[in-house]
Amino acid sequence: MPDSGKKAGLAAVSIRRRVVDALATGAAGAAVLLVLLPLVAIFGYLLYKGFGSLNWAFLTQTPKPVGEAGGGMANAIGGSILILGLASIMGVPLGIGAGIYLAEFGRGRFADLIRFTADVLNGVPSIVIGIVGYSIVVLRQKHFSALAGGVALAIMMVPTITRATEEMLLLVPIQVREAAYGLGVPHWRTTISITLRTATSGVITGVMLAFARIAGETAPLLFTAFGNQYWNWNVNQPTAALPLQIFNYAISPFDEWRRQAWAGALILIILIVLAVTAVRIAAGRGMLKGVS
Amino acid sequence: MGVGVHVEHLNAWFGTTQALNNISMEIAANHATAIIGPSGCGKSTYVRCLNRMHETVPGARAEGTVRIGDLSIYNGTSATQVRRRVGMVFQKPNPFPTMSIYDNVAAGLKLNGFRNRRRLDEIVERSLQQSALWDEVKDHLRKKSGASLSGGQQQRLCIARALAVQPEVLLMDEPASALDPISTGKIEELIFQLKENYTIVIVTHNMQQASRVAEFTGFFLLGELIEFDKTEKLFTNPSDKRTEDYITGRFG
Repeated sequence: MPDSGKKAGLAAVSIRRRVVDALATGAAGAAVLLVLLPLVAIFGYLLYKGFGSLNWAFLTQTPKPVGEAGGGMANAIGGSILILGLASIMGVPLGIGAGIYLAEFGRGRFADLIRFTADVLNGVPSIVIGIVGYSIVVLRQKHFSALAGGVALAIMMVPTITRATEEMLLLVPIQVREAAYGLGVPHWRTTISITLRTATSGVITGVMLAFARIAGETAPLLFTAFGNQYWNWNVNQPTAALPLQIFNYAISPFDEWRRQAWAGALILIILIVLAVTAVRIAAGRGMLKGVS
Repeated sequence: MGVGVHVEHLNAWFGTTQALNNISMEIAANHATAIIGPSGCGKSTYVRCLNRMHETVPGARAEGTVRIGDLSIYNGTSATQVRRRVGMVFQKPNPFPTMSIYDNVAAGLKLNGFRNRRRLDEIVERSLQQSALWDEVKDHLRKKSGASLSGGQQQRLCIARALAVQPEVLLMDEPASALDPISTGKIEELIFQLKENYTIVIVTHNMQQASRVAEFTGFFLLGELIEFDKTEKLFTNPSDKRTEDYITGRFG
């Protein structure tokens, strides 16, 4: 009798465990769905609205004057690539460098100050960053330019990359660094060839997050890159960018332009996904190479 | 070839806490010397003072005389210079996770600017043979990552990595404490062979291990060197009561 009572008790526990397990798994699954839903919804809606206006002309031609049908955003796509390239050239090394400083060499008040500044900078509204770009580049050059846009976006990239790099470097176990010190490798060399290398995939994630974030920014470009109806590869000239073009077309009164705005948004997302994927693959290939 | 290590009045601190108290010890060339003692007695700190790894901990410092052969290491010598002559094997195997087996072994040379590829190939093979790992890994030196090996293999990889820079002294900080008995046996055999070419200092919690591999043993307690003698003498006829209490298991 006591034996069977025990068994019944165990069975009850087992049923309760199974129910709780199912509930927890279900809740986690539901959370995943909720997270994915907006992404899928946005992408689906963009496809629905934008795919129709997407054609070869859209990818290869500059905008047509109002009233003329057709035309495309080729110059804006090129402009975005130019501005994002400029921003990355300036922002990525600076951000990674500052992150390395904080993780490996920064001690005391000064490092805390940098950390605090980076966090505050991360929270500064992007329109304010645009004004900063305007006052430090545009006012000096006396005209709008891709360079000014690049500077503004670089300023937005730096704090994200800095903090991500710092966090990722700090995750590298002390044992790995000690292994390098123990071989007589100097601190700076260990930092570059061992610590940074071990943290590479995390640092790249940080960089790509920052990149994806600035790729869609419109506000910082309003007073810096300004936009352009024509092709421009000169960094000192006003330059079109996809977010600007989307913004201008979306608030326009013309149906044709508004349709093109949807297509532009679709292209922007596809370009970001392509860039992130390409960097991931390239970085993945390089992972098991030796000490450079 | 191994060289002797001369330690005189060595003191070490973590911040304001003194971890080592006036240690003097003569470590014989081409022999294995074991360091035993209870946890927290300063064993690890002591060996880490012999290649200036101690000072990599923020706030840690050491004072005194340590000579590796004729190189006085606390006297204007750079720490990196010292560490190239005094190799170290750590408690937990710590291969570089992003590197292949080959690159792990070559790391010490490559990162210090050594570029001759043919020589590197030779040194990698010789080091892996010395650490008795060559036969197990020779077919996938460049394809497999160091982290993909088993724990015991990883530790032998770390030994090969330390040997590749051709040190004169090899410090081993509980090199087998994270390994199973078979791997431990392999490491101990290895120590026997390595003695021919290197001076070995091994920290161990395992007194049988000390008596198996080491000619000399030092017993540490609360940051002091209580007794230092031939291993056989220390284990069979210790001259200090505290040593006897420890080795017979009465405390610690």
